[in-house]
Amino acid sequence: MRPERAMATPDPENRHLDQHDHGQALPSDMTLRVKALESLLVEKGLVDPAALDAIVETYEHKIGPRNGARVVARAWIDPAYKSRLLDNATAAIAELGYGGRQGEHMIAVENTSRVHNMVVCTLCSCYPWPVLGLPPAWYKSAPYRSRAVIDPRGVLAEFGLVLPLDVEIRVWDSTAEIRYLVLPERPNGTEAFSEGQLADLVSRDSMIGVARVAAPEPP
Amino acid sequence: MNGVHDIGGMHGLGAVTREVNEPVFHEQWEARALALTLAAGAWGRWTIDASRHARELIPGTEYLRMGYYEKWIAGLETLLVQTGLVTRSEMESLCVDVETPKLTPPLTGDRVDSVLALGRATERTISAMPRFSRGEMVRGRNLNPAGHTRLPRYARGRRGVITRHHGAHVFPDTNAHALGECPQHLYQVRFEACDLWGGPTADRSAVYLDLWDDYLEPV
Repeated sequence: MRPERAMATPDPENRHLDQHDHGQALPSDMTLRVKALESLLVEKGLVDPAALDAIVETYEHKIGPRNGARVVARAWIDPAYKSRLLDNATAAIAELGYGGRQGEHMIAVENTSRVHNMVVCTLCSCYPWPVLGLPPAWYKSAPYRSRAVIDPRGVLAEFGLVLPLDVEIRVWDSTAEIRYLVLPERPNGTEAFSEGQLADLVSRDSMIGVARVAAPEPP
Repeated sequence: MNGVHDIGGMHGLGAVTREVNEPVFHEQWEARALALTLAAGAWGRWTIDASRHARELIPGTEYLRMGYYEKWIAGLETLLVQTGLVTRSEMESLCVDVETPKLTPPLTGDRVDSVLALGRATERTISAMPRFSRGEMVRGRNLNPAGHTRLPRYARGRRGVITRHHGAHVFPDTNAHALGECPQHLYQVRFEACDLWGGPTADRSAVYLDLWDDYLEPV
């Protein structure tokens, strides 16, 4: 079943652009086309079906934003780790066991009360796979890619994040194989939280920089 | 190339729409499209830059209409034929040519974890010294190559400041066209929003791009 979709701003005229980015334009045609291509490649010995299954399994279940959340939580509780993360993110992230494809060269950028960072790839869809998994559809969509660089405040407001004008916004457009992870601000009221509890608070969107980490609900 | 993929700063592409509880893949064929692309890429017949360029070559009217993984499949089909892994007649009929011997896939199921964890680093050691240093003012060159480039149009002719040196990395403009890695120094460059888009300087925001030596000129 197709999940319910939330519109940040009603814009029925342009919805088709984004819907197509969900890849749902021609489901039956694409299903047949990809199945036929897979059969051809398997029959020629170009791909191993077991490898295909393992790749899908990896990105559906093993690699996702929980990895990044662990990195963020560790940085929040361990100042030495945070310092290493900001100095050499690739090595610091590898300390927790993450790295590899589409995250070979990592940089972490820190949000503060004065500076807010957000990440985009205007030319394609570059994204730090080892810590965030595969990007959501909106990140790959024409509206986000086109507007994040020219109107970051407007885009953030559509995500529900209205920043004061004196907060500097830094937009990181991933043009090379350098991948960016936003280190969000630790919310108030989490002083007594364990590392695991902190990681549970960290959302994917906060690590792309289009959201803050919400303060925990009072008990 | 000045294609529609170079979308940063465009207007009129709609609002950013988000989906609540978005699945990693919306359809099973999307998962297979990702897996086929990675598994076929393991033959090493094309680079990541070549695969980006194959998607950029999709005609603009189609590019904006197509779903994300639809573009991946189109790009993969182009590369398979271009590199001779699949013949044109096989791609058209989606049946194996009778005289083709069966090959052994380079990526097997048991190797997926280690291959993904290894990744494909792009940093290289070169003897040339970096042309620019941190804090130096630079300008994006007014280049309009017909081939692949990672210098977005919106940064061409614009002034920025070097904020970091990433070392030398594979140069996409040659690597995409099988002309070699030709590694060059790569820099993080900060462009003030007012320098990119005009408008009020009171809105403190900036865009950071990772740009190679050949994309930049001294100011």
